[in-house]
Amino acid sequence: MIPIPAINLGSILPALILCAAGLVVLAVGLFVRRGAVTVAALISLVGIVLAFMTNSPLRALNAEAFSGLVAADSFCWFLNILILIAVGLTVLISAKYLADEGMALPEYFVLLLFCAAGMMFMVSGNHILVIFIGLETLSISVYVLAGIHPAIPRSQESALKYLLLGAFSSGLFLYGAALLYGSAGSLALPALAKYFQAGSTSLMAKAGMGLLLIGFGFKVAAVPFHMWTPDVYEGAPTPITAFMSVGVKAAAFAAFVRVFFDSLAALQVNWSQILWVLALVTMILGNLAALVQDNIKRMLAYSSIAHAGYILVGMVAGHTEGTSALLYYLLAYTFTNMGAFGVVALVGRKGEANNMIDDYRGLAKLHPLLAVTMAIFLFSLAGVPPTAGFVGKFTIFSAAVKEGYVGLVIVGVLTSAISVYYYFRVVMKMYMEAPATEPQALHFGPAVVVGLLIAAVGVLYIGIFPITYLDLAAKSVMPLF
Amino acid sequence: MLNSYLPLLVILLLSAFIGVAILVLSALLSRKNASPIKLMPYECGMDPIGNARRRFAVRFFLIGMLFIVFDIELIFLFPWAAIYEKLLMFGFIEMLIFVLVLLLGLIYVWKKGALEWE
Repeated sequence: MIPIPAINLGSILPALILCAAGLVVLAVGLFVRRGAVTVAALISLVGIVLAFMTNSPLRALNAEAFSGLVAADSFCWFLNILILIAVGLTVLISAKYLADEGMALPEYFVLLLFCAAGMMFMVSGNHILVIFIGLETLSISVYVLAGIHPAIPRSQESALKYLLLGAFSSGLFLYGAALLYGSAGSLALPALAKYFQAGSTSLMAKAGMGLLLIGFGFKVAAVPFHMWTPDVYEGAPTPITAFMSVGVKAAAFAAFVRVFFDSLAALQVNWSQILWVLALVTMILGNLAALVQDNIKRMLAYSSIAHAGYILVGMVAGHTEGTSALLYYLLAYTFTNMGAFGVVALVGRKGEANNMIDDYRGLAKLHPLLAVTMAIFLFSLAGVPPTAGFVGKFTIFSAAVKEGYVGLVIVGVLTSAISVYYYFRVVMKMYMEAPATEPQALHFGPAVVVGLLIAAVGVLYIGIFPITYLDLAAKSVMPLF
Repeated sequence: MLNSYLPLLVILLLSAFIGVAILVLSALLSRKNASPIKLMPYECGMDPIGNARRRFAVRFFLIGMLFIVFDIELIFLFPWAAIYEKLLMFGFIEMLIFVLVLLLGLIYVWKKGALEWE
């Protein structure tokens, strides 16, 4: 009899359910001829709801599973919820998009579900290799999804660019992991923490840390590792852009935080200086470049770079305050950006022909409710109360001030003031200008309406009653400290 | 300290020996009737020399990718089969799930026509 290590499937049950749902969609998609997309979307939603229900036990845990490879704690719980919200809203937005574009591809949902499962493994990974496998699972799915639109060459171009640059950054990440292994003799996060706490820091370990930082920086699109972002976000199908800007970013930040605060905490003096610089240039460049964009997807891409900068400020601030503010910010950003890209997907119409900011002229006259929701999302992105974006920025900046990073916060506030210009430019177009003489009809679907409603209500609700969610975020980062 | 790298050195020498031995033996023992096509370097389904911008058939790579998937399956199946009796029901169910997932993949590519050579 061979001793079998204790297996606690409960700790990864949400991810397993998403994988199973993906397999079911794959099988059903083979045999359903008509309405395959609708069926696939429904099965995906059922899987997401089931995963949501099985996720709740993680909240009370603070344990490891599978011989310490996977952590099961409230940090995973919070981020799993975030990932499920992101993938759920993506499914809701996508059903209509796929129908409009004539893409009868159930595989789209399979990849989406596998991608979300990869994110969950990345979030719960307690070992750098598990994190890497999660990272690759999500990346490969996203590479394919970015190029899944058969009729738009830009979509395929973006997939290829993302694949090449992503493979390169994965290589750097692995190199960093190898250097850490070479110096610490293990890649388990607790073992790394022990090694660094003992006071032994070689140059090799520091180089490994730097390479890991580059790998994560690429995935969260921090300057100077952001070059791929505008092109890929512009070319990918809009719902996938939404998912990338929210889900991939959240999962990458979660793993970033877990690795750096859990196992590299002893080197915080070193890496927080690097992050300080990254946060500074990311905020400045993201916001300045967004000013001159005419394509709304490109503008939102640069805005997502800028938001990565604000989130990095939370990491620089560190401690419970900074990291819990970071989690809250990710939650707020999930609702906001999913909503904003949802509207972009809707207004884009067939073949994504209407992605210019000028295409939003007079939207308020034609579709007042749609214009109001878009305005809510844009206000939240700009950080105007009473939206979630305001509370997120406020908590992150106040945490940074408490830690004495006043200079960084001044830059943050100034750049968000700049950002108001380009967000409000869209609002101005919607409300102050006359619509095009012969506007094309806009077709809503029930799923999109539900998705946008959830996002808008989420933005307002967690913005007006933030205390509960700030508490949840603060409790969720406890396992890390 | 360097003692722990001794097995690596042995493997290195051994693999170098096997590689050289195969080349030497086949050069000594083989019957040679070369034709231009036989002397071409081997590449999957495309002319090895010529313009790199020409289109090429992607079929070989598709089959190659599928082959790797099932090759990896074997890598997992062999050790499992070797200690199957010790793993009991647990091992059986685990492997069943693993193989079923791959089987679903096979059905998928089959149905999509990736296995047909036209």
